Amino acid sequence: MTTASRRTGAPAGAGAGDRGAQPLLLGVRHHGPGSARAVRAALEARQPAVLLVEGPPEADGIVELAGDEEMRPPVALLAHVLDDPGRAGFWPLAEFSPEWVAIRWALSRGVLVRFIDLPAAHSLALGRGADGGGPEAPEDHDGADGRGEAPDGATGLPPGAAPDSEPDGGPAQESAAALRIDPLAALADAAGYDDAERWWEDVVEHRGGGVSADGPEAPFAVLGEAMAVLREHESDGGEGGSGGSGDAGGESGAGGGPGGEVWRDRVREAHMRLRLREACREFGAGSVAVVCGAWHVPALTVKAKVSDDRQLLKGLPKVKTEITWVPWTHRRLARRSGYGAGIASPGWYGHLFSAPDRPVARWMTKVARLLREEDYGVSSAHVIEAVRLAESLAVMRGRPLAGLSETLDAVQAVMCEGSDVPLALVRDRLVIGDVLGEVPEGAPAVPLQRDLARLQRSLRLKPEAAERELELDLRKETDSARSRLLHRLRLLGVDWGLPSASRTGSTGTFRESWRLRWEPELSVQIAEAGVWGTTVLGAATAKAVSRAADAAALADVTALAERCLLAELPDALPVVMRVLADRAALDADVGHLAQALPALVRSVRYGDVRGTDAEALAGVAEGLAERVCVGLPPACAGLDADGAARMRGHVDEVHQSMALLGQARGESATGVHSRWRAVLHRLAVRDRIPGVIRGRCARLLLDDGRLAEEEAARLMGLALSPGTAPADAAAWIEGFLAGGGMLLVHDERLLALVDRWLAQVPAEAFTDVLPLLRRTFAEYEPGVRRTVGELVRRGTLPDAPRADTGTGEGAGGTAAGLSGFGPGLDVSRADAVLPTLRLLLPGGLPQAETGGEGGPGTGTEGAPADRVPHTEREEAAV
Amino acid sequence: MTDTRAGKQALRPHAEEAFAEELQALAAADDRPRPERWRLSPWAVSLYLLGGELPGGTVITPKYVGPRRIVEVAVSTLATDRALLLLGVPGTAKTWVSEHLAAAVSGDSTLLVQGTAGTAEEAVRYGWNYAQLLANGPSREALVPSPLMRAMSEGMTARVEELTRIPADVQDSLITILSEKTLPVPELGEEVQAVRGFNLIATANDRDRGVNELSSALRRRFNTVVLPLPESAEAEVDIVSRRVDQIGRSLDLPPAPEGAAEIRRVVTVFRELRDGVTADGRTKLKSPSGTLSTAEAISVVTGGMALAAHFGDGVLSAGDVAAGVLGAVVRDPSTDGVVWQEYLEAVVRERDGWKDFYRACREVSA
Repeated sequence: MTTASRRTGAPAGAGAGDRGAQPLLLGVRHHGPGSARAVRAALEARQPAVLLVEGPPEADGIVELAGDEEMRPPVALLAHVLDDPGRAGFWPLAEFSPEWVAIRWALSRGVLVRFIDLPAAHSLALGRGADGGGPEAPEDHDGADGRGEAPDGATGLPPGAAPDSEPDGGPAQESAAALRIDPLAALADAAGYDDAERWWEDVVEHRGGGVSADGPEAPFAVLGEAMAVLREHESDGGEGGSGGSGDAGGESGAGGGPGGEVWRDRVREAHMRLRLREACREFGAGSVAVVCGAWHVPALTVKAKVSDDRQLLKGLPKVKTEITWVPWTHRRLARRSGYGAGIASPGWYGHLFSAPDRPVARWMTKVARLLREEDYGVSSAHVIEAVRLAESLAVMRGRPLAGLSETLDAVQAVMCEGSDVPLALVRDRLVIGDVLGEVPEGAPAVPLQRDLARLQRSLRLKPEAAERELELDLRKETDSARSRLLHRLRLLGVDWGLPSASRTGSTGTFRESWRLRWEPELSVQIAEAGVWGTTVLGAATAKAVSRAADAAALADVTALAERCLLAELPDALPVVMRVLADRAALDADVGHLAQALPALVRSVRYGDVRGTDAEALAGVAEGLAERVCVGLPPACAGLDADGAARMRGHVDEVHQSMALLGQARGESATGVHSRWRAVLHRLAVRDRIPGVIRGRCARLLLDDGRLAEEEAARLMGLALSPGTAPADAAAWIEGFLAGGGMLLVHDERLLALVDRWLAQVPAEAFTDVLPLLRRTFAEYEPGVRRTVGELVRRGTLPDAPRADTGTGEGAGGTAAGLSGFGPGLDVSRADAVLPTLRLLLPGGLPQAETGGEGGPGTGTEGAPADRVPHTEREEAAV
Repeated sequence: MTDTRAGKQALRPHAEEAFAEELQALAAADDRPRPERWRLSPWAVSLYLLGGELPGGTVITPKYVGPRRIVEVAVSTLATDRALLLLGVPGTAKTWVSEHLAAAVSGDSTLLVQGTAGTAEEAVRYGWNYAQLLANGPSREALVPSPLMRAMSEGMTARVEELTRIPADVQDSLITILSEKTLPVPELGEEVQAVRGFNLIATANDRDRGVNELSSALRRRFNTVVLPLPESAEAEVDIVSRRVDQIGRSLDLPPAPEGAAEIRRVVTVFRELRDGVTADGRTKLKSPSGTLSTAEAISVVTGGMALAAHFGDGVLSAGDVAAGVLGAVVRDPSTDGVVWQEYLEAVVRERDGWKDFYRACREVSA
């Protein structure tokens, strides 16, 4: 059996000829369940002694792990450059991947498994040359992708497996604008299909588990022949220059230039041939089975000189690489991910692969169960009807079996009542699916760990078990890099450093304080974070993007945006911003918007400090502010007491943020700022707004100098007039006076208004009002409280305002204010005090009667510093 | 009522008459298996609706412009014995599709029950000829069959328009027909059983408020197909301007020369608010509670034309449509008002060349 095959080792001709002389060439479509099933049957029939799989030979050493109990697909082989984990390639394998099925088959029978693709050492080295992109380039791609499902950072690199529309498993470089004809599409076209995927499904994937009449190897032979014909066409195209395949290259080594897609394919195939020959010599050709992309099958059968192949492989660039297994997910297998394995419907394929029979009926039952869990009323009758509709659709479309599109159409029409909302759920949860792979603990370390170690070295930041404080000056380059690293790690859930209150007490934005402590379990967390990417930057970016997509509340997204800035993740930021803008647009709750604004505005300022481009951020912040301005007035109407109190808090926060935004943005934000003031005005005067908000708005405007004191007094008079319910009036006072009582001390007119109102509160309402007032006044500093108390007790307070209001507001307020204190003023006794007062306060109070504007006029406009002496004077007066 | 065959000069001929030639050509060319009593195979029916060319060179005009998937699902549904429910906002060609489906499948689109709030059970099941009934007592002769009953006994496709407008109790009388495929006549002690080929196409409006929701028992008997709104802005602008033109002529409004830009603007506003995203796909928006269908866009523009013709300078301007747009968008003052304001401030204000529209809208909103 073996002597004959040892003679050359070079297999000739496609197809399963003499069992003893030919290696078993299984050309597959990566991740095709039909292929997987056929591969298993063929291997079972042939019982080879060695299995060769398209994949990096570096993985030979760790292939045993695939047989481990704890290894659960989807997983991926991850190869990366030793000292630059950002340059990495992935070879994902799903449960239904033919390669996986073959490897598992081999391991369970003790059959040797070898990988025969070009070593990752070469392909990674080539990848860089071909792309011309830096090691960080892949992250760019992920960030822009926006799905957050592909935190692998491998897009620009040449993984050895799993392109989508190509059946060959050739380099899946998205960047390579390969003009090469798509062989599968050509076959599908010849069969009259407009969609290559569907054709493949019909002829291969949906063949079911049945073995064809010509034996389990027959379909592979046919497929190999078809590919051989296609490849001939391809080289014709290359020579004739026809169509878009002009660069496809011929058989001669000069076809595609080094680094090109075609050239690379040829190098890989040369390597595969060499490995195949080697195996044939060792075990005998008949005992060798090869699982590779169908595209490569003809290449493995051509007669090529060993020396030519060696020549082709000579002098390839090489880097040191590491390889390991990493867990993968169905989502990352899906096409729409940044680095997709090329399957739009991994969940569906998984189902096709695992369903023992009646795949459509089982699928519909799965769908029905999912919809039931989500509270859609779906009965067994629905399932029956959906299956029938899917089948009749398939007949009408001339397909052998209802495929994914038929089943989904049927699900939509029968189970979802035509709506696409539940259908989206089905797509997400079943067609793609949430399957997450697992990798045994014995797998080699993930590259993220190495990247971290490298960064720790270069930033001289040793992991120490003892806790220590770290002060960072962000203006220094090393310190700011350290800060970024710690922030990124925090995003990844690795809390090595925790921000702490600065020891120096400095609150400037240039300083940061951290408390560092390396706990042993952090290593575990790093390993877990390894699924997000191969570098700290890449992983943090991917994680941030993913968290943005999953964030529940708007405020979470803004907080995330802030952290992205701190951690300097330029690629994550646009995605987060986009999510933020979308959330803000759709969020009908102004409260959420108001909560989100402060963090965002802070971020704008940080961005300025750190020199990051905060332009986009500012745009979003202004948009958010704009929405708050529009949405706030209606949202304030008709609130209950608790809601109003919350809203008051929002108003305060927004007000601060608007001011900050104005500072940070200068000119461009003035429009928003003035709109905000208009909103405050509107809120302050509108009747249906709860008192606490009205009062607050009036106060904010007053503090900003945007509300004349007379106007404030008028508003207070209105709010406290007898027609207003006492509780509402008390709420107004709370809103107006909260956070500082100096105002009352200085504007005695206002104090008089409050005082008069309080005296007029009916006895039965007083107990209701009391807690509100207590809450308001309890916040004041003791000194202020005492002064206010003394002013009231003394009863002199109307004196000062009398003069003032006499000119401004009219005497009504004052007179009424007096009435609050008792039956009247003892004028004769008051007169008796005046001479003494004059002596005590030279040039002070008494002049009010003639001079007018003396005292209270400065009350609110001036800074507190101006006010204090004034108070002291008044206190001293008695 | 039973005499539906109009004279030769009918104002609007039925689908099977208007497209008799195409149907004939299709039937001649169609060699695929046909379900019992179908005039065409399912494949040919979908070809009839979607349009195409027959091997003989006969061109089949497209009756429905929209996703192929929808027609295929609808035809497949009819080929099983499930009833078909066409859902959609007004103006999405539900009735049109149902008429053509019936014409292509059964060659007769006239077995129609028009659903209204006053549709009685007799219209769905059967009525009585009371003179006969009083003279001879209950008998087969005294029974007046509904279109549905006739469809059942002859194996044809029946149609029910505006199913959700029919009172719930009358709707439910369809359940027996659709599940048991039989219509009992207890007065005579007999029943009418549906023969093969019978099926039902119902249409319903899924955005109208105050309709009679289908009971889930009834809903379960239907496969539902939702007919979408026009996919591209271009198509919608086209539909609107064509309709506006027709309506304008029938109302004797002078044609507005500069109207096209304004129509585009109205359609853009409607589409953006309806889809919840700006035309460039960059900004998400809240959607108001109204439907903002193409039909409403048409009425807004027509209203604007009337304003321009009778009170303005005859040129359709932003001011003429602003009030109409506001009225169409703000249906529920408490929520839609905010939606509209946000849209104005965030989108309209920033847009180049929309200043006049923004001002006009601010004026009417204030």
